[in-house]
Amino acid sequence: MEQLAPLPVVIPLIMAALSVLVEKLPGKHRLLDLLGLGTVGTVLAIDLKLVGLSFEKTLVYWFGGWLPRNGFPLGIAFAIDPAAAGLAGFAALLTLLGLIFSWHYFRSIGSHYHCLMLLFLGSMQGFCLTGDLFNLFVFFELMGVAAYALTGYKIEDTGPLEGALNFAVLNSIGAFLVLLGLGMIYSRTGGLNLAWIGTQCASQGADLTLQAAFMLLCIGFLVKAAVIPFHFWLPDAHAVAPTPASLLFSGIMVELGIYAVARCYWTLLADQEAVSWMGTLFLSLGLATALLGAGMAFVQRHLKRLLAYSTVSHSGMMLAAFALADPGALGGFFLYLFGHGFVKGGLFIATGIVLHRLKSVDEDQLRGRGRELWLTGPLFCLGGLVLAGVPPFGTWVGKALIEQRAEALGYPLVTPVLLISSALTGAAVLRAGLGIFYGAGSPNFLSACAPATGDQELPETAKALDRTPFVMALPLCLLFAAALGTGAFEELSRRVLLASARFCHSEGYRLAVLAGRAGAVTPLPLPQLEWQKGLLSGAAALAAALLALFGLPLPAWLQRPYKQFFQGVLRVLRTLHSGYVGDYVIWFLLGSAALLLATWVNSGL
Amino acid sequence: MSELPFLVTIWLFLIGLYGIATSRNTIHLVSCLFVAQSSTYLLLLSVGYRAHGSAPILSGIPPGAQPVDPVVQSLALTDIVVGATVSALILIFALQSHKRSGTQDPRRTPPMRG
Repeated sequence: MEQLAPLPVVIPLIMAALSVLVEKLPGKHRLLDLLGLGTVGTVLAIDLKLVGLSFEKTLVYWFGGWLPRNGFPLGIAFAIDPAAAGLAGFAALLTLLGLIFSWHYFRSIGSHYHCLMLLFLGSMQGFCLTGDLFNLFVFFELMGVAAYALTGYKIEDTGPLEGALNFAVLNSIGAFLVLLGLGMIYSRTGGLNLAWIGTQCASQGADLTLQAAFMLLCIGFLVKAAVIPFHFWLPDAHAVAPTPASLLFSGIMVELGIYAVARCYWTLLADQEAVSWMGTLFLSLGLATALLGAGMAFVQRHLKRLLAYSTVSHSGMMLAAFALADPGALGGFFLYLFGHGFVKGGLFIATGIVLHRLKSVDEDQLRGRGRELWLTGPLFCLGGLVLAGVPPFGTWVGKALIEQRAEALGYPLVTPVLLISSALTGAAVLRAGLGIFYGAGSPNFLSACAPATGDQELPETAKALDRTPFVMALPLCLLFAAALGTGAFEELSRRVLLASARFCHSEGYRLAVLAGRAGAVTPLPLPQLEWQKGLLSGAAALAAALLALFGLPLPAWLQRPYKQFFQGVLRVLRTLHSGYVGDYVIWFLLGSAALLLATWVNSGL
Repeated sequence: MSELPFLVTIWLFLIGLYGIATSRNTIHLVSCLFVAQSSTYLLLLSVGYRAHGSAPILSGIPPGAQPVDPVVQSLALTDIVVGATVSALILIFALQSHKRSGTQDPRRTPPMRG
């Protein structure tokens, strides 16, 4: 059954090429939509089959039949463990829902959209499934190219152009660092297969060169994951991409950056004592990202930009979960990834519906104008609560698991930071939702002055309809149902914990790839999760949203200094997020210099 | 092997980024990106370099001759292909944004702040 392994990559790539041909035909739109949906559906079915198979045994597929000789991998391999197959399936599912949403949409523009979406899907599949470092880089770049083109899709508008340019420049520089790190690793180990490099690292020990090379890989992938100080491109790009593309960017692409870091960590260096300091470093980076992203999300009025900053925040939380370097916390990471991806996708689709119906994505301009959206409104507000992590949604299970493991491992700071940042992102969405769909409150002093307003947004659909089309409402409902299902089915959590235990078992991975043997692991039993913290976080989000809508009941003499303080902080933050790619590159340089310096200092100890 | 290729790699990468950071012209900015990218070619090729090695074409080489590492050469080749794709795309963005805003200075157009 290993023969199935390359199909999730090959099928979309072939179909992407075919879709360019189909565009020449008359009556192409329905045909293209059907072609896209059929392809993605097939990929999803294969991925699900792969998930089932990989739970029995890690699937290893050697391209061209180049099997390892005397333990040395000559060829390029796909190594599919349950986590890889699960993420690939998740990517296919989100793409499917995105394509359903665009069934009606893009009728007037249409060209190359399907090709780009399929290309993006194929590269994400390869990125998840591969067991080869150079392959990982190639799919990283391919994913990037498709994503840049999708970001700049509305090429007649300046916002998308700038967003795409910032995105492309920053991510390309990140990719160069991945390549530099890869070259250094190759020079030390003589191979590019992750399992082979891992065995070499285990026998040589991780010295400064290997650690620095690993850090270069991490910096490259963390640019994709939008961790500070590499996050600046994300709001510029996600806010301007077409809705289905934003769904994919926030739902899976950003998280794949962290997945790649985790994959490299556990295959290459996890059994080295010398790199344990990296955990603390990534933990602090992740928590700082979570707080900054949440703060910036709260002060936006452009809905898509608000959601984009909340993705920064949640990506930081997920990085913190990875940084605990623990199979249980990694299980929490995967569950959080699913839960967050579903609900963030739902929120982007809800925003797409708002743009479609009301021709704007500006919170203050739309206040009270969305009353007739009887389905989108409640779901959008519910999305705010889910982002805050109320039970029994997927975000709650993931977060509770991460917090429990963090406390058990002796990191008491993780729980409050996760609580604050998830509540703030939830509050931002709730505030916007209550204002737009129920006309509650008035513009608050934090977000009303945001320079990006969102009433200039070009409509994405050919003509306005006075009702929400079924194909737009369907993925919205499905995404929220999936977010609920991720948390409600305990069997899924158990499976994810088993998958993450397999993921963290470096020795088992190497044996499976190089010797074709299966190693047994015992997963962490699913612990009893506390639902109180989830409710607390939801309540905090609601309280913060209401405070923002109706103002803080302070005595008059306190109002001024309180506002001035926050406006001062905000001015600094907004100046830092300047929108100029040159500034972003300086931040990138400072950040990577700091990380490499940390590597140099710590490897000497 | 000498340290020189590695020093040049670092220099190329940093000078490329310096160019991007200070650029006042989008086309120039994109060119600086390629300067930074050329550092990766240099690193890859120098990793597989062998003094007095022959080209890695295995069919015609005399017995006893040591070819340079073919793997890194194919990596560099792949990298060039990927780089060409990215550069074509970014240049289109740069041209289009010049058409839209009438300026090539990335710091002239009012960006989306905050």
